[in-house]
Amino acid sequence: MTIPILKLGDYLIASIQTAVTDADLIRLQDDLATEVGDLRSRGVVVDVTAADVMDSFTIRTLLDIGQVSKLRGAETVIVGLRPDVAFAMVQLGLRLDGIATGLDLEEGLAILDQRVDGRSHER
Amino acid sequence: MSDEPGLRIGSEHDILTARQRGRALAEEAGFSGSDFTVLATAISEIARNIVQYADHGEIVFSLVERDASRGLVVVARDQGPGISDVDMAMQDGYSTGRSLGLGLPGARRLMDEFDIQSRPGEGTTVTMTKWVPAASMARAKR
Repeated sequence: MTIPILKLGDYLIASIQTAVTDADLIRLQDDLATEVGDLRSRGVVVDVTAADVMDSFTIRTLLDIGQVSKLRGAETVIVGLRPDVAFAMVQLGLRLDGIATGLDLEEGLAILDQRVDGRSHER
Repeated sequence: MSDEPGLRIGSEHDILTARQRGRALAEEAGFSGSDFTVLATAISEIARNIVQYADHGEIVFSLVERDASRGLVVVARDQGPGISDVDMAMQDGYSTGRSLGLGLPGARRLMDEFDIQSRPGEGTTVTMTKWVPAASMARAKR
């Protein structure tokens, strides 16, 4: 099952659903890397509200998405980590260092607005 | 102790099936919402280890009662290459594969009991148990 990527202005939005396989995640990573360039996007929001489990493979892929997007000129924000999922992640020993997180899609977009604006002021 | 038939683990899809099955049994055992996620995460990690390192194996779930508590036992077996240094494999950040190296030590932290037996060339068996917290048991009885 391909994870759809939506375009919203300068940003790309992808929602991870309940039962995604490792292959779906790898494909999302590749698709995002391509689309960030093709659409000259400045930011990526990955919404994980529907994800029932965030295991080490999922987290590693999200961190990779953040790194690859950064190298392609876009910021990444992860939104929608459920409380129980966040709790399990902490116990598992997983961290999302170096990647921004927000409560929901709205907050994720607000974070991107701040970061992308901040960066253009630096120039 | 009621044993379920073993679930064959040989592909990515089987990882999803295993954690869904584990979640359903956790519900049956009387676990609460956040424990479903904790169990499903631990199952996901050990099922992925089977697919990644041993190619295939099986997971057997069973519900157990001990004293006044109920638990879910997850046994993951494979006849893969085995682990030459189990102590090393149980350390955070150690991985011979392309991963974060948190699978085994992470699963141990998520569960109440965790045992791993492995011999190079013979395979690996992980046995892990989570007990229904007393508060959830009291709620279920009411």
